[in-house]
Amino acid sequence: MTSDATAVAVEQVSKTFRISTDPVMSFKERLVRLWRTSHVTFDALRDVSIDVRQGETVGIIGHNGSGKSTLLKCMAGIITPTSGQVLVRGRLTSLLELGAGFHPELSGRENVYINAAFYGMARKEIDRRFDEIVAFAELDRFIDEPVKHYSSGMYVRLGFAVAVNLDPDVLLVDEVLAVGDELFQAKCLSRIKQFQREGRTIVFVTHDAATVRQICDRAVVLDRGSVIVDGRPDEAISTFREHLHGSLSERPALDGEALGDGGVIAEVASRPAGADGDRSGRFHIEPGGGVDLRITLRPVSPIAEPIVAIEISDRNDTLVYSADTDGLGIKVPPIEEACRLVLGLERVWLLSGEFHVSIKLLDRADGAVHGWREHATTFEVRSPRRAEGIAAIDVTLRREPG
Amino acid sequence: MADTAASPAVAAPLRPMSGRRTTRGHLAEIGRYGELLHMLVRKELTVRYKNSLLGFTWSMLQPLFYLVVYTAVFAILGAGFERFAVWILCGLLTWTLISSSLTTSTTSITANAALVGKVKFPRAVLPLASVGAALVHFCLQFVALVAVLAALRHPVDWSYVWLLPFALLTALVVCCSCALLLAAANVYARDTAHLLDLLVLGWFWATPVLYHFGRAAEWLESIGITPWVLYGNPATPVVITFQRALYGRDFVGAGDSISLLPHHAPLWYLGVLGITIGLWTAVGWVALRVFDRAEVNLAETL
Repeated sequence: MTSDATAVAVEQVSKTFRISTDPVMSFKERLVRLWRTSHVTFDALRDVSIDVRQGETVGIIGHNGSGKSTLLKCMAGIITPTSGQVLVRGRLTSLLELGAGFHPELSGRENVYINAAFYGMARKEIDRRFDEIVAFAELDRFIDEPVKHYSSGMYVRLGFAVAVNLDPDVLLVDEVLAVGDELFQAKCLSRIKQFQREGRTIVFVTHDAATVRQICDRAVVLDRGSVIVDGRPDEAISTFREHLHGSLSERPALDGEALGDGGVIAEVASRPAGADGDRSGRFHIEPGGGVDLRITLRPVSPIAEPIVAIEISDRNDTLVYSADTDGLGIKVPPIEEACRLVLGLERVWLLSGEFHVSIKLLDRADGAVHGWREHATTFEVRSPRRAEGIAAIDVTLRREPG
Repeated sequence: MADTAASPAVAAPLRPMSGRRTTRGHLAEIGRYGELLHMLVRKELTVRYKNSLLGFTWSMLQPLFYLVVYTAVFAILGAGFERFAVWILCGLLTWTLISSSLTTSTTSITANAALVGKVKFPRAVLPLASVGAALVHFCLQFVALVAVLAALRHPVDWSYVWLLPFALLTALVVCCSCALLLAAANVYARDTAHLLDLLVLGWFWATPVLYHFGRAAEWLESIGITPWVLYGNPATPVVITFQRALYGRDFVGAGDSISLLPHHAPLWYLGVLGITIGLWTAVGWVALRVFDRAEVNLAETL
């Protein structure tokens, strides 16, 4: 259902590829074999519907083979869906390839014009924005040199500089932004945030959960051509990760249902350290206090040398602590059947905040991930100290004689 | 995350991103990408001459080179007539426009497979850019031809010269229609390029470039076929117009006057060109529709 506020409407899009097992690629072959060919059909997308509202930033996550590249190409207009359609309001620019049309013999200047022309820009527009583009790419001194003399970093910066100065209403981006160094990535990210402030619509296809949490309002998870989750980023990512785990263990794969309880890490509950096993309810600790994490495990197969990994992050998804029992020198007894482990966080020197805990269960022998629970539980710290930041540090002051 | 009060209310309607278009819509889309077409033609030329010594003057020297070679060859062979080399050039230039348009446009899409799979733009721009580049070469060579005619003070038939732009236009309509069909065909059947080579060879001999139209017409009549068959080849009216205007109807020089071309008024030539343009515009319309249909599955096939 589209409304006036819809920027991109993916309406029941399905895409089936007919892959010829022995393709006919010439007139000669066709004459010889007439029309006898064998095909295999592959359903890349199955009845996908997504409604992106104006000003939203939607992230699309999925493993390789989930159909996310195909979906992206359908949205970009490069591939035509077998059924259904993609509708877009306004100008859509897709950044699937930076430097489209670049020719090594031509200068940076000439390549900017060609690249911009590929995105449908008129000459006057390019003239107007040329200086901005060169400034963004920081290539003022080299702009008239042939592109074959550029380093790969310069090449990418130039391509990106053209792409971001395009003034689209809808921007489609994929992992192309992963290319480039940290400084460049920071620049890309800040430009994307600027686009968001300007109210533009962005569709972002990625593997990187952290970026999705950072900038997306909404996330859609694709698995084998279908949408399995469409909602808040943290929920979607949890489901994505659980799904990944689901396909790694020997369990029969789950067909698109969101994982609720169940899974190898059946439950994680946090308690104040030393509290009674069955007492539930909200609690908080002070800096330096302890938290017990009661982990209920239901392994699918026995694990000879288990490793428990823990990751604690704050409300803004900043990593506070990450370690595993192997690194900490803690030996975990072999796990054969359902059991309960208690991971004690003894002295938690954190300032006020709500902290999420993620738990991973691995096998030391082959590194296989048996269970993974993202944001399995939380605990709260209330600090009476008047200090900012994450870490709680005891500070004293004295005067030295002399 | 976005401040909805500040967001630009995009008033445009929802448009589909892919699928079939009307012919008018297709042409409009190509028009929107006019800048791209222009840049691709420029790129083709700049890249070709970037590191060469003489730059684009190579294009102009080519006709002069042919002139020298053909004059020498036919002087030795003793065939042909006065200023035969000039006669040949008149036809050869337009023929080169047609043949090079077709051969380069056939591979224009397959050679740019990476682009086609990653960026959205009307694919028709690629074969049309090949035609554009061939046109630019033609213009450069034409300048050289004009210089030769001026140097020799050749009696150009001015009452026919105004037909030249129409002849050129006819050639372009033919080139563009064929370019679209060939480029699309080559994606689905890669030997189109090879088949085209053979076709071009045959087509060359079916066009009165090296021989004169009058001779071919006589021969056909002698075996009972109407010479109108020769006009089935769209290149023929174009070539004979150029020959008529720039070389003249009868051959230059003393001695027996042989009629190289039929005795027709300029308006007759205009008529034949007009019919050819009309016919090939219809072919072009079909070519656009076929191309549009082929474009649906282009990215996956490449």
